[in-house]
Amino acid sequence: MKVAFFPGCMVDMFYPEIGIAAVNVLERLGCSVEMPEEQVCCGQGLLNSGYAKETIPVAKNILDAYDLDQYETIVSLTGSCMNAIINDYPTVLDDVEYLHKVERIRPRMFEFTDFIVNQLHTTDVGASFHHKVTYHKSCHVTRFLGIEEAPLQLLKAVEGLEYIEMVHAERCCGFGGTFSFKEPEISAEIVKEKCETIIETGADVVCGADVPCLMNIKGALARLRTQGAVDRDIRVMHIAQILDARE
Amino acid sequence: MAILYDTEQSLRERAAKCIEDDFKHQAIQTAQETFYQKRKALVEEEPDWQGLRTTAMDIRDHVAKNLDYYVKQFAENASNHGVNVHFASTGTQALWEALDIFENHGAFKAVKSKSMMTEEIGLNHVLEEAGVEVIETDCAENILQTAGDMPSHIVVPALHHTRDDIAELYRKKCGYDGDNVPEHITHFLREMLRPEFLSAQVGIRGCNLAVAETGSVTLVTNEGNGRMVDTYPPVQVVFVGIDRIVPTLESLDIFMALLPKSAVGSKMTAYFSVDTGARRDGELDGPAEVHYIIMDNGRHKLLDTEFEPMMRCVRCGACLNICPVYRHISGHGYGSIYPGPMGIVLTPELVGYGDANAKAMTFACTLCGACSEHCPVRIPIHDLVRDHRIEIVDTGKNNKVEVPIFKAMQAMWSSSPLYMALMRLGRPVMNILTRGGSSLDERSAWIPVLGSWTSSRDFDVIAPYRFRTWLAEHNAARAEECKREDGGQDQKGGA
Repeated sequence: MKVAFFPGCMVDMFYPEIGIAAVNVLERLGCSVEMPEEQVCCGQGLLNSGYAKETIPVAKNILDAYDLDQYETIVSLTGSCMNAIINDYPTVLDDVEYLHKVERIRPRMFEFTDFIVNQLHTTDVGASFHHKVTYHKSCHVTRFLGIEEAPLQLLKAVEGLEYIEMVHAERCCGFGGTFSFKEPEISAEIVKEKCETIIETGADVVCGADVPCLMNIKGALARLRTQGAVDRDIRVMHIAQILDARE
Repeated sequence: MAILYDTEQSLRERAAKCIEDDFKHQAIQTAQETFYQKRKALVEEEPDWQGLRTTAMDIRDHVAKNLDYYVKQFAENASNHGVNVHFASTGTQALWEALDIFENHGAFKAVKSKSMMTEEIGLNHVLEEAGVEVIETDCAENILQTAGDMPSHIVVPALHHTRDDIAELYRKKCGYDGDNVPEHITHFLREMLRPEFLSAQVGIRGCNLAVAETGSVTLVTNEGNGRMVDTYPPVQVVFVGIDRIVPTLESLDIFMALLPKSAVGSKMTAYFSVDTGARRDGELDGPAEVHYIIMDNGRHKLLDTEFEPMMRCVRCGACLNICPVYRHISGHGYGSIYPGPMGIVLTPELVGYGDANAKAMTFACTLCGACSEHCPVRIPIHDLVRDHRIEIVDTGKNNKVEVPIFKAMQAMWSSSPLYMALMRLGRPVMNILTRGGSSLDERSAWIPVLGSWTSSRDFDVIAPYRFRTWLAEHNAARAEECKREDGGQDQKGGA
């Protein structure tokens, strides 16, 4: 199956290894993965900061990048960006042609874990990962896209993986895009609490399906480790990396 | 302006104080957890919670769309039951109406049950200036009044006080000589307040929901003080917001199924009063004279705008109880009597973006959407928070310093070649800043903008290569491989 890939700009900028892991998994499941080079970012950082007009060219760039006559399936690696495209774009776009494009994209765009479980009808992707893992139920994947079961089904099917649920797994990590820069003290407090709930599980890996949250959690856990507030290294991984693992 | 009560400090300064206040911090977290668990259990046992929410939303939207009709119906039916109805389009008008009533009766003492509308217009202060003694009879409000403190929650306003400091407060200010056992403190309050109920000439109260078909006002309380306020004093003044109306007693039932569960995680409250009109001939209790002050105070501005769904709000506080930001900065961090998610939406509507604090509130939100999910009347709260941000930019009230940054983002994110060029430029800069490492640590806290992040957590920098470059090479290699395999097969076929 040919799929168009939408990694989210943070994968492209900061974490190419997450994108590579996802491509490996998808290819193993029989997909060929393509990505139009014109696509950059969904623009939600602008929109959520109130810059709706500035979001429009960014949104149009994304909508133009994916040739819908060529691609019947688009797989998104980041829940929040996908939510921006399918749910937020209609609120900012003023152009019928582009609104129509959003309507065409919506039914063919799938979040990575949802795609594997509900489109490829697979839960065991052949990964093995002998670690204790907890999963951050990010707001956009869980609450906005309503995807709760798929990531857990995938994790639980990984050989050797011991899943431990953290308390209030669905609580926000405190990133909030520009919120983390505009109100850093509050953001830091929220992510500190998220880290505490992760540490409490005793897991040695925390994973998620939304890259921005992972960046936030990773940064906070690293700082806590330097400060000696946590006595072990806790790896922060995208679920795609676990599904690609053999360890 | 009584909605925003702290004009001296910025939101950031207030938030920092709340975060540092370990006790307040812990109190809010414990309260949120209790409300969360209690509410969750009740919602799970409700056969059609989502259906109830939708019905409630539809009813409230219907009223908002036909507000003139329902305000008129409510007022007429109240009049028919002997209520003196006053209309106030502003808070100041409402205050004048209230002062007139006190003056006409020569009243100098009032007992009061908790009311957000009176907080909103600063009624206590004005009455006290006019020589009226106003006694808050709700336990939490009495604590705040005695302490000279501000509410930190719309439903449980003294959430940030402990039994120890409450006992100490009453020892110092009111001659209490007991311990910190809540029952002992409330017993003391009960004895202290009883003579006030009996001697007050006027009872002042708010109204949770108003019923148009009967002209009734309701009170949902747990302490019984509300019922004392609305039955003992001979004159009663009820403050009713125009956004409190439900059409019928039957529809009121829907809201009573949602409100206590959403507010405090209880099936119902200890007291629920539906009051219709003044005392009739032959009745033994109730006020002889009832006044409704029906207030707009900026609410009509929400109608026919994207903010109209806020007219559904039943002031249950469910959004505060689930909010990750409220959890850490409490109501005091926002500096508005309407804090938390609902406060972020409502406050700027009532006071305007001209106020720096109201504007700052709209950014104290991660847009996580937990509030919208918990709202019993389905207000898309987080969407409305973002709508405020959009309107702030659209009306030119944004911080001009940030504009070039967002314009640069717009340019970079809408052009792949420009994005790639900037990535090539950015990488060596990041290398210098990280001293060759992969992330920025606390030593980078001096960097403008980025420093606000790195002062509390590490920041991973731009990777040495782009994912898109890898994928292009990967797919090219795969294509090459396929070609070779095909070629090999061709050769085999030829052989």
